[in-house]
Amino acid sequence: MKRSVFTATSALALALASMVQAGPEAEVLHWWTSGGEAKSVAVLQQEFSANGGTWTDMPVAGGGGDAAMTALRARVLSGNAPTAVQLKGPAIQEWYEEGVLANISSVAEAEGWDKVLPASIAAHMKCEGQWCAAPVNVHRVDWLWANAEILKANGIAMPNSWEEFNTAADKLMAAGVIPLAHGGQAWQDATVFEVVALGLLGPEGFDKAFVDLDPEMLGSDQMVAVFDQMRRMRGYVDANFPGRDWNLATSMVMNGEAAFQIMGDWAKGEFLAAGKVPGEDFLCASAPGAGFLYNVDSFAMFDVDGDEKQAGQELLAKLIVGQNFQKVFNLNKGSIPARVDVAMEDFDSCAHLSAAEMTTSSKEGSLLPSYAHGMAMRGAQSGAITDVVTAHFNSDMSSADAVDMLVAAVANSL
Amino acid sequence: MHAWLERQIPKMVLAPSFVAILIFVYGFIGWTAWISLTRSKLLPKYDLYGLIQYRRLFAAPRWDTAMDNLFLFGALFIGIAMALGLLLAILLDQRIRAEGVLRTIYLYPMALSMIVTGTAWKWIMNPGLGIEAMVRSWGFESFSFNWVIDPDRAIYAVVIAGVWQASGFVMALFLAGLRSVDSEIIKAAQIDGIPGWRIYTAIILPSMAPIFLSAFIVLAHLAIKSFDLVVALTGGGPGYATDLPATYMYAMAFSRGDIGQAASSAMVMMGVVFAIVVPYLYSELRAKHV
Repeated sequence: MKRSVFTATSALALALASMVQAGPEAEVLHWWTSGGEAKSVAVLQQEFSANGGTWTDMPVAGGGGDAAMTALRARVLSGNAPTAVQLKGPAIQEWYEEGVLANISSVAEAEGWDKVLPASIAAHMKCEGQWCAAPVNVHRVDWLWANAEILKANGIAMPNSWEEFNTAADKLMAAGVIPLAHGGQAWQDATVFEVVALGLLGPEGFDKAFVDLDPEMLGSDQMVAVFDQMRRMRGYVDANFPGRDWNLATSMVMNGEAAFQIMGDWAKGEFLAAGKVPGEDFLCASAPGAGFLYNVDSFAMFDVDGDEKQAGQELLAKLIVGQNFQKVFNLNKGSIPARVDVAMEDFDSCAHLSAAEMTTSSKEGSLLPSYAHGMAMRGAQSGAITDVVTAHFNSDMSSADAVDMLVAAVANSL
Repeated sequence: MHAWLERQIPKMVLAPSFVAILIFVYGFIGWTAWISLTRSKLLPKYDLYGLIQYRRLFAAPRWDTAMDNLFLFGALFIGIAMALGLLLAILLDQRIRAEGVLRTIYLYPMALSMIVTGTAWKWIMNPGLGIEAMVRSWGFESFSFNWVIDPDRAIYAVVIAGVWQASGFVMALFLAGLRSVDSEIIKAAQIDGIPGWRIYTAIILPSMAPIFLSAFIVLAHLAIKSFDLVVALTGGGPGYATDLPATYMYAMAFSRGDIGQAASSAMVMMGVVFAIVVPYLYSELRAKHV
């Protein structure tokens, strides 16, 4: 009885609401609040309004999304989920398992998402075969950035193997230049680690270790070699690195204090904002080794009641993967479109390289999720691995000990 | 009726806050205890799985570091802040000029939040910008003070900032204690020709025992709940070298979606607090009943 009264009143409320404002509605929870990012979201907002929708913005800044996730948890527990939420990677599946995600397969099929998205990225957007999220962009993580002038002055080419990187770095050390600009924060340590791991383990080994979490691969001699290389990288970093923010490390490369940085393509935004020209002032190249590590931002669609909200959800999903938004957004953000059929003329040379390599690596099966940026596994596991990586990088722990710890930590986090 | 009302009013006034504390303190302690026995990940779940979260917790090297840091930080922070506070209080107690100004200066750090303290000391102790760079620019090229970036010493850097913040407050406590000692006894001792340091060690300090206990309790709970200081000063780093149980719990609950693990670490933290506070309460309550 109580329930039917409740349904009746809510139906009445909905009827009243739809009389006031018909048309699609969407409430969007995201943490794109800084300059360039906020501009990128505004693009989506305008497009949504232009199509007759009512957009309710719910930006939650802070903690690299931690604060937004806390807000989301509270909203979901109180049974009032937002229409769409900025979520990525396995977190989408994690929320799906809580039974709160919507099915947007009808839009995805009508729009032919399967044909335009690389298969491994599309897999993240599906929950047990149904589409439940829409991808926004592809950030490449395994980039090597360099100061063109320093490399030229020291007669160094962009390295194609880690051996070459080490030789170049030793030469730079001797010349009194900091070889590697790095910030000692756990996620940055993890970023360097996964790029080294992709180079030394190869795409297949990386997949086994960080997607399947295969204990044999995690405890292998190859993994020992990865930690050995990390120890060498530690020697190429200046003494003052702990706690440094990534953009400060980028400006070290810009100012000629350091030669290289290993960082995702958001670093490009820093170079461009400082008026540097790719290919002339700074160089971008894929880090030594085959493969492509992606970090894909996406919006997960939550189960909502009411025709307006569902219509809003479908419109939002359609616009997000639409060609126009994919292009404008990614020009603002420094990443590349997730769909492969967007015209790339307006993008810079680094983005061209990224897009070309994404297509080839997708064919070769070496298009892999970034573990350091929460694409390859769940928070508890990636956190456990990062703990080991950062403990090794910031101490004199031996590589063999680090590998033992790695295996134990992953087992303990499952 | 009037008499009845008079008897009941205190209970009625206290009842709302009593109920609020019952729910929001003890109720949620119970809820956390329950969650710590489940396999809750992103959202709380209520199926019990025994002590699995505690086994995971004690198998995690990062938790070991956090607990070691808590005891190291706690012991040094409490010890140094009390010693320094006492020394400052005794020096200020010598009837010096401008005591009021000095007292305010020493007490002032307490008015800052830990975040401000942490951020300021982060730059002061940064080797490239702070003390080390300054002394080197004076010509002492070999001078080195890089604790904040050295994984083995970073926790001591946290102690320095914490002591700076708290010792003025401890000084104020002790100064009040020193002033409350009966001056007749001190005068009598002086007439008997007892040296100054003996007056302190044999008469004044023993009579200040309750103040020591209060200072200890205040500092101990500051140490256990330290979170903002570490977050602002080192961010738990280098690596996780300066992690404390509170930062560990935060990471598990809010960054990693591992609520069960966070709940179990919260329960262990509460155990540590109880181990310190319960004996204190016991001694306090017993003393009053005698």
